[in-house]
Amino acid sequence: MTKVKSLFLACFAFFLGLSISAQAYTISINQYVEHPSLNAAVEGFKDQLKANNIEVTYHEHNAQAKNSTVTQIVNLMIDEKPDLILAVATPSAQQTAQKIKDIPILFTAVTDPVNAGLVPSLAAPDANITGTTDMNPVALQLALIKEIQPTAKNIGFIYNAGEANSVVQRDMARDAAVNLGFNLVEATADSTANVNSAAQSLIGRVDAIYLPTDNTVIASLEPIIKVSLEHKIPIYPAEDDSIRKAGLATYSISYYGLGQQTGRMATKILVDNISPRDIPVEDQTDHKLIVNLGYAQQVGIDIPQSVLDKAQEILQ
Amino acid sequence: MTLFAFTGAIELGLVYGLMALGVFLTFRILDFPDLTVDGSLPLGASVVSVCIIKGVNPYLALIPAMMAGFLAGMITGVLTTKLKILHLLSSILTMTALYSINIRVMGGSPNIALLGKPSVFDPFRSLNLPSYLVYNIVFGVVAVLVVALLIWFLRTEFGQALVATGDNPRMITSLGVNTNFTIIIGVGISNSLVALSGALIAQYQGSADVGMGVGTIVAGLASIVIGETIFGKRRLWTTIISVLLGSIIYRLAIAVALRLKIKGFSFEPSDLNLITASLVVLALVFPLLRESYNNRKRLKSCSK
Repeated sequence: MTKVKSLFLACFAFFLGLSISAQAYTISINQYVEHPSLNAAVEGFKDQLKANNIEVTYHEHNAQAKNSTVTQIVNLMIDEKPDLILAVATPSAQQTAQKIKDIPILFTAVTDPVNAGLVPSLAAPDANITGTTDMNPVALQLALIKEIQPTAKNIGFIYNAGEANSVVQRDMARDAAVNLGFNLVEATADSTANVNSAAQSLIGRVDAIYLPTDNTVIASLEPIIKVSLEHKIPIYPAEDDSIRKAGLATYSISYYGLGQQTGRMATKILVDNISPRDIPVEDQTDHKLIVNLGYAQQVGIDIPQSVLDKAQEILQ
Repeated sequence: MTLFAFTGAIELGLVYGLMALGVFLTFRILDFPDLTVDGSLPLGASVVSVCIIKGVNPYLALIPAMMAGFLAGMITGVLTTKLKILHLLSSILTMTALYSINIRVMGGSPNIALLGKPSVFDPFRSLNLPSYLVYNIVFGVVAVLVVALLIWFLRTEFGQALVATGDNPRMITSLGVNTNFTIIIGVGISNSLVALSGALIAQYQGSADVGMGVGTIVAGLASIVIGETIFGKRRLWTTIISVLLGSIIYRLAIAVALRLKIKGFSFEPSDLNLITASLVVLALVFPLLRESYNNRKRLKSCSK
């Protein structure tokens, strides 16, 4: 037994948990994985609270895409006794909701909160949890492809079939494709390592590639851009971080903006003392039309004047 | 470390310990490196979730989950023994295939939510116990049962054949034991334990997700080695218990890593894996340091 005891002592020696409680509020952040979109959402959240002059101490955690670590983060957050929890992405939100019933929880970057079991309906969350969904206007974005490339017929769709959020978007894209007369060519990648092969499988088979807000695909955008430039296949990403790297045009979803929106909900909960159960789940309603002209030249596509006239931001 | 982080690490250690015991059965007993587990853990979770959604009792639902895991293990075993594919590759093939199968099991969706659905914890919840006790009781009882069954099983004639298959396949073949059969069944039992672990985890965390198996084998191997190094492996039954303890220590290491703060240096959340690895190294080196310290003491007392 002495071995066990001394081991525990060694562990304890390493733990020097400093709890700071001078500030007004503490918020624990449970983020699923390091990812450009998710990081942008957290940044937007913090900036919004700062803009609202709310003093916050953050406990930030990142599960590095490991399910069991999410569980341990949830246990840890119970101890941190925060005033609010921000859960970023579906797996983190689900586990937080499962265990924590007495601390207000806000989720963000969850595509389908009802299907994920987080809330019974978007309008009435009915528990200690609400938040923002990153549901993007898939049909609107696909219609934009038709406007820019009227002759396009086959549209590539790269996603990870293992992500609930992407499967929702795929089903929406399938419906929209029927209405627009597109033939949706699906390519799946179960990990970032396989995104390259998925992109290459589309060469010669599609006129354009649509990219949903898929964590795997967005984390490995570069191979897709390479295929796109080498074979002059234009890509249409769904969110604004990606279109700044490459992409013709999109009615973008902004994760930074989504984070800000979540920050405003946090203000309601912390300052105005409104219970999460009385705050409906919000989605992004304002989708900015962004056109990337520099990229358009690289893939040799002329953007119609009608689209340029509507664009709210034109990247050169 | 505070109560929740501590008890939370123990409950996770217990439930993932079931998986580690499964890995122990293949890796140590059968001498069979089996990566099927990365797929059979979410398989157990998928099957149990679908059953619970369909209204099956959460306890009864553990049975089809274990059976599914058993089948998955058997497939790896058959690929290895009958089709003569290298064991490592066989298990990688099964694990790869299970990814697609798991999505099929869940009706085409990669994630099933169990929030608010019946679970194995319900009967204990009604006793008005604090939640951390409920989880520890359920996982503790299951872990003790599995450990006892495993010790008993390895002492039966078939269990002994299993041990011998790993130790000395040529000798056991000459005694008339069909090693192909013992390997297929052994890998099957191992994966049924892993699936049981997955089935309990799904109910514990409130969802089954096709991605939840990532890194399972790493955690399993780490638990085995930590347990053996710290608690030794004198006899079979002590080794089995030490695997379970190793799993708990592995989770404690992560719990400590999560809240590690050293004055003047702030860790980024992304440093977590590095800290966890360092703590495990520390835990493994510890017995070594003790030994050299004891040796030096012995030397000193001798020289007197």
